[in-house]
Amino acid sequence: MVKKKREEGGVLEGVEQSKNKGGVGREGGSGLDMRSHETESQKILRLRRRRGSEPTATATTATEEPAKTRQADKDEEKETLKSRGTEKEKQKKWSCIDSCCWFVGCICCSWWFLLFLYNAMPASFPQYVTEAITGPLADPPGLKLRKEGLTAKHPVVFVPGIVTGGLELWEGHQCAEGLFRKRLWGGTFGELYKRPLCWVEHMSLDNETGLDPPGIRVRPVSGLVAADYFAPGYFVWAVLIANLARIGYEEKTMYMAAYDWRISFQNTEVRDQTLSRIKSNIELMVATNGKKVVVIPHSMGALYFLHFMKWVEAPAPMGGGGGSDWCARHIKAVMNIGGPFLGVPKAVAGLFSAEAKDIAVARSVAPAVLDKDVFGLQTLQHVMRMTRTWDTTMSMIPKGGDTIWGDLDWSPEDGYSCSWKKQKNSDTHTAGQNGKRCLDTSGVYYGRIISFGKDVAEGATKGSNLANATCQDVWTEYHDMGIPGIKAVADYKVYTGGSILDLLHFVAPKMMKRGDAHYSYGIADDLDDPKYNHYKYWSNPLETRLPNAPEMEIFSLYGVGIPTERAYVYKLSAAADCYIPFQIDALADGANECSCLKGGVYNVNGDETVPVLSAGYMCAKAWRGKTRFNPSGIRTYVREYDHAPPANLLEGRGTQSGAHVDIMGNFALIEDIIRVAAGATGEDLGEDRVYSDIFKWSERINLKL
Amino acid sequence: MGSIPRLRKFCTPQPLNFSFFTLQPTHLKRKEGQIAFLRSLLLERETKRREKNEVPRKIPRKIWRCMCMNDCLWAIGFMCTVWWFIVFVYHCLPSNLVGLHLPESPGQRLRREGLNALHPVVLVPGIVTGGLELWEGRPCSQGLFRKRLWGGGSFAEIFKRPMCWLEHLSLNNETGLDPPGIRVRPVSGLVAADYFAPGYFVWAVLIENLAKIGYEEKNLHMAAYDWRLSFQNTEVRDYALSRLKSKIELMYMTNGNKKVVVVPHSMGAIYFLHFLKWVESPPPTGGGGGGPGWCAKYIKAIMNIAPAFLGVPRTLANILSAEDKGISFLRAMAPGVFDSEILRLQTLEHAMRVSRTWDSIISLFPKGGETIWGNLDWSPEKDQECDFIKKRVFRSCPSDGRTDNTTKNAILLKEDVNYGRIISFGKTASELHSSQLPSLGFKDFAPYNTRANSNMCRDLLTEYDELSREIIGEVAKHKAYTAGTVLDLVRFVAPKMMQRAEAHFSHGIADDLDDPKYTHYKYWSNPLETRQVYQYQLQSSYTPLCSLKLPNAPDMEIYCLYGVGVPTDRAYIYKLSSLDRCRSIPYRIDSSANARNPGGCLKGGIYFSDGDASVPIISAGFMCARGWRGKTRFNPSGAPTYVREYGHKAPSSLLDGRGSESGAHVGIMGNVALIEDVLRVAAGATREELGGDRIFSDIMSMSRAIRLRV
Repeated sequence: MVKKKREEGGVLEGVEQSKNKGGVGREGGSGLDMRSHETESQKILRLRRRRGSEPTATATTATEEPAKTRQADKDEEKETLKSRGTEKEKQKKWSCIDSCCWFVGCICCSWWFLLFLYNAMPASFPQYVTEAITGPLADPPGLKLRKEGLTAKHPVVFVPGIVTGGLELWEGHQCAEGLFRKRLWGGTFGELYKRPLCWVEHMSLDNETGLDPPGIRVRPVSGLVAADYFAPGYFVWAVLIANLARIGYEEKTMYMAAYDWRISFQNTEVRDQTLSRIKSNIELMVATNGKKVVVIPHSMGALYFLHFMKWVEAPAPMGGGGGSDWCARHIKAVMNIGGPFLGVPKAVAGLFSAEAKDIAVARSVAPAVLDKDVFGLQTLQHVMRMTRTWDTTMSMIPKGGDTIWGDLDWSPEDGYSCSWKKQKNSDTHTAGQNGKRCLDTSGVYYGRIISFGKDVAEGATKGSNLANATCQDVWTEYHDMGIPGIKAVADYKVYTGGSILDLLHFVAPKMMKRGDAHYSYGIADDLDDPKYNHYKYWSNPLETRLPNAPEMEIFSLYGVGIPTERAYVYKLSAAADCYIPFQIDALADGANECSCLKGGVYNVNGDETVPVLSAGYMCAKAWRGKTRFNPSGIRTYVREYDHAPPANLLEGRGTQSGAHVDIMGNFALIEDIIRVAAGATGEDLGEDRVYSDIFKWSERINLKL
Repeated sequence: MGSIPRLRKFCTPQPLNFSFFTLQPTHLKRKEGQIAFLRSLLLERETKRREKNEVPRKIPRKIWRCMCMNDCLWAIGFMCTVWWFIVFVYHCLPSNLVGLHLPESPGQRLRREGLNALHPVVLVPGIVTGGLELWEGRPCSQGLFRKRLWGGGSFAEIFKRPMCWLEHLSLNNETGLDPPGIRVRPVSGLVAADYFAPGYFVWAVLIENLAKIGYEEKNLHMAAYDWRLSFQNTEVRDYALSRLKSKIELMYMTNGNKKVVVVPHSMGAIYFLHFLKWVESPPPTGGGGGGPGWCAKYIKAIMNIAPAFLGVPRTLANILSAEDKGISFLRAMAPGVFDSEILRLQTLEHAMRVSRTWDSIISLFPKGGETIWGNLDWSPEKDQECDFIKKRVFRSCPSDGRTDNTTKNAILLKEDVNYGRIISFGKTASELHSSQLPSLGFKDFAPYNTRANSNMCRDLLTEYDELSREIIGEVAKHKAYTAGTVLDLVRFVAPKMMQRAEAHFSHGIADDLDDPKYTHYKYWSNPLETRQVYQYQLQSSYTPLCSLKLPNAPDMEIYCLYGVGVPTDRAYIYKLSSLDRCRSIPYRIDSSANARNPGGCLKGGIYFSDGDASVPIISAGFMCARGWRGKTRFNPSGAPTYVREYGHKAPSSLLDGRGSESGAHVGIMGNVALIEDVLRVAAGATREELGGDRIFSDIMSMSRAIRLRV
């Protein structure tokens, strides 16, 4: 130790001496001598006192007369010493944390600088860059059509679909304080991360009534902001709105029929009078603008608007009392975008097991949000418990049973080739004729919407201690079922479009009881039966007639060319205790590259969420011409938009997308809508525009029309 | 906090630190490496120095600079980290911990009392508080589609592209509608006016309290309209009146045939007056065709908050000179924005040019002329004392012998104030007796009216540039203008604007309300030229259906709720500004004019009277206190009216925000007593429960002083 100390002292002295030697020799030894008598600390102290004047002093005296030079040298010498001192101290003090701070400071500064540059940047700059890289962009359809001379004519009503609409809090429990009129759904979802259980509690509905739980009021956001963006940067209606505005639309001619997408259609009227509001707003727009409205429902909004059209003409206690010609007087066209008229198989999987990659309804639109394990291990159970209180998920259970969706051995889509990769590669050139298509499609039974794989027996034994008391905190109806029930479900092996309902009735009796009061999934034999006046049939196109409005037009606009879930292979989940007892058998893959089975899911053509059959069948067949579902012969048009992924990153979500939500940014679709809004009819658009086999498949369905 | 001493320590390393260098052996091991490093560093320097044979001054300085930058970065990083940490902790805290002792909100209290949402509520925002967003604009506004230009978020765009912003907020000078290629539209929904700027609430507090007793969007509607347009034009362009009518009908129907309670604020009160007349007028005259009896059927009560029924003198100052020390309407709402020199020297000129294209400001000109606002020698507020602070203290105990105080004050502070002279040039003009004032008519100016200097100023910014300097001087010679003649003054200095606006608004008093000309829409927003909606007495002969349905339908009630106790602009002393600069506004408020004694009403060129900082009580209260009270010719059916005043109390602490007892024009929307009144009426309280009038000011005596045939 002592040695070290001495050594240190020696070092310091040595350094000092060498410095003095180096620092011009005329200084002489006096200063040095003086200093040598002082302790280190005194020296530093003295230096410190002088510190303030140092830099200027050295600067000015540098080239002046010798008397001053001397002084300058002194100063300079001291400064050297001092800097050594601070350096030493810095060495001592600059720990890891300091470096971190420094680093953070660096990042902050550069970030602020960039932010400043970004804000100072002219607004047209990004476009300029994009154009420089990708060549001139096509005009957005609004601008293009404006140049053609189109102007706003018919008022436009948007009907958003499930999950895309914002919900805000109006009254909540203690834990939700400070969230009054803040968005719980849509926007940033910040609260989901901060207080997940509180969030789930507020988003859930009452399990018995399907309405608000006591003390909680969560209400839909109203106005165009309700569904223009789902999350920051993730547009839903915004692009369409912007393009409509280009040809002169504004809020007096645009209306977002926002509704609470969690509660059943009739309950939106019971609780919020939403249907009455839509009616009143449409009447107002027709009265003030003197033109009929063009309605644009998206996704589940299509069913909601079907319900509305029946409701508005039904007599007062249950309906809106608008009279039997209300639709004829107020609606010019209904342009359904990706409307799941006959349901979505995805909804079954969502209700059944709330899982699978990108399968639950909620997750289809907000991927990654619900996949995070924010609730610990019980995410799925919580999600399931929450979604099962939402009546609307039941509105999208496949309708029409075996007739539409196929039975054990047959389905309308039989023979469909699933060679997605090849199609994608060649679709620009050989859209219709896939030369190398895989012919081995015999093994696909789309009709079996849910089938249990061959390892049923094993799974059943493993999950044998299911119904125990440890799962009290997480309620799903599975825990009321017990093992025998679960086994029985799995033993039945295969469920088709018809028997899937029985399955759901079995595994979730409470939910289905609620759902049965609001929805029906069958096919009407005799539409004159008075029971069909009940509102539960109104959203099922196979159990209602279209309104008597011969001049109205119905469009079905949807994307094609994306693998869409159609049927599932399930297995009993191996994990015990509180898990959901069923899960999709992610290991079940097709035999070869072009099989439709992938990860336990049979895929078919569609827009990633809605299969072609569901979106197109009604307009392609069941409503076409004068049928019993369409007694007044409303003209229908099918317009498909082939999916093309965005060419590069700059394009965002693409202008030719066919995906369920991204299609709202599809230029061709927007152009069609704008043309109709500006007065064109379906014939002006060029009637049908079909890429898929929808007509072929529709012909195969044996339904009395 | 802790970071500051630490920083200081760091910047000026203290010698003490060095002492343990030698004392503490434990440190040595670590030091060793540093020392070795230092040694090598210095040796290296030595060799370099020797090699170059250079003055060794620069090296240490460079190091020092480098250190300084490092220190800065360190400091920034440190502060950021600490800040994030605090934010993180703040977010982690349960939210109810933050304001531990928040007083119970009136909504909560009334809910415990058992009040529930009953009548649907319609909120009608006033001027400038509503948001405006862009729907179509010039190239300079790219990227702002459906972004707010006014209200709501930040006014960031003003700073980024001020000229563009002004261009888009202006209206067409001829028509008062959109300029070509620009569509700026009101934001709709409750978000339109809940917050004017982040943290600056307008309706938000009231909405929150309404929600506490069960209101939600199905029975709560914000009648947002474009407040820049004249009232009839909101219907012509946006169908705003039709939408409001449809909305009220819908809410009436969907809420179990309960009549609506309308809550207009500020200019919204006269907008709603316009609506009341519009909705019952037949469509050919531009009406809504609701038919007579519409209001009686659908409206339970109108609760005017700080209504500007008879206009606001401040608007005159705004139009004449666009200035009055942070008091003009624009600036009152967005302080700092217009005062900053972002537009360099012409801020005021630009603001004036823009605001002169807004018709709605004209709707706030003082109405009723000299009868209401006083003539050269008389005004209804003549005997009012100006020391509001004292007054408030006295009035906190109402049973006190009020007359004593009043007289005492009057004796103490009595100064001859001619409120009637709304604009006077020079302080002397405001004090002289009327006989000594020159009486120059505007016709005399006609020969002067040559556009003398229009060639000098090519960019015509304001209409002042079309007037020659002589005429401007002549105008000032007239010395004093009353509410009647001031309109002539404005007509003279801004002929185009007034020509446009007077097609939409009228500011007189009707002699004979049966005159068919009063069916024109320009009279609808003037309470002195319209009848309050005619109410049908539910006689079985006239509306049998109604009388069956609503056997005891109470009459429509009209409330005037406003704050008192805040000095409010009432009259101005002007001076000519220096005329050297082209494009300058020739008139300025003479801010050097002050009252002789400290308690006087004149301060900074402005005569103050009682009010809520924007609207004098005479404007807010007269109609309810006298013009409509009982069966008058303006209120033939005798709809009951109530005056409820709220004494202003400045917020007691910072935590209080803008105060729960504020009486200021916008701050009153957070006044607990007012909120309670609104909630009670909305929940169906009868007039007795509310307690009728609640008066602190001299409104009754002032109203009596006004010689108006009612």
